[in-house]
Amino acid sequence: MAEAKVPAERPLSPHLTIYRPVLSMMMSIVHRITGAALYIGTLLLVWWLLAAVSGPGAYAVFQSAAASFFGRIVLFGYTWALIHHMLGGIRYLIWDTGRGFGAAEREWLLRANLVGSILLTIILWVVGGYLMGGLR
Amino acid sequence: MSPRPSNMRTPLGRVRGHGSAKSGTEDFIRQRLTAIANIPLTIAAVLIVISLIGRNHAAVVQILGSTPVAIVMVLFIISIFYHMRIGMQAIIEDYVHEERAKYALLILNTFFAIAAGFSSIYAILKLSFGV
Repeated sequence: MAEAKVPAERPLSPHLTIYRPVLSMMMSIVHRITGAALYIGTLLLVWWLLAAVSGPGAYAVFQSAAASFFGRIVLFGYTWALIHHMLGGIRYLIWDTGRGFGAAEREWLLRANLVGSILLTIILWVVGGYLMGGLR
Repeated sequence: MSPRPSNMRTPLGRVRGHGSAKSGTEDFIRQRLTAIANIPLTIAAVLIVISLIGRNHAAVVQILGSTPVAIVMVLFIISIFYHMRIGMQAIIEDYVHEERAKYALLILNTFFAIAAGFSSIYAILKLSFGV
């Protein structure tokens, strides 16, 4: 009975810091970070729509901000966060059905999520930037 | 004669809604419902945005206000703002444990989602109705 009173040596509330980083964990963290970033990023969507409804002057201000160097970097990051969060969401929906939990499938899904998000972002920017006229 | 119950509520009724999350599975289910809706709506919205980025204000107003585009954009906005409100609520509940700060942030989260969502919807409808 006396031993039961000795405080446990192990951490009582294990959290991120005690685990070896693995891909699924890192991708889970990135999913949450991209979700939070997209939350803030909706302000750009609101700005775009309100600028369009306000008139040509307000819209020109939005366009010049979006086409600036800083604007392009933010929008490129926004595109990647959106695609990454969407593909990650599809991965979680697949996992919700109980499929894809084998070691090989799990790693494949995670890599497809990461590689797919980067490739799709570049493809969208090539299509948007060069075929559709790009930011002006 | 059976003993008189001290109140009319069942044991299940008394505990329901008093878990640590203060609710049941509805947010879990709605997060996934809106996630599923977000997939086709986001693809459509991204295609709409890409087709508009190189155009001038008059063209953007005309296309954004056209009936199919306006309907898709309004559905997109409802779904993403509902989804992101649930997601941010989960983040706040995970990391903010001080009660007053937590409830303040949860209230702000709902206010932000509704204000930003309705501003977006208002803008699209105004373009669409041309007033």
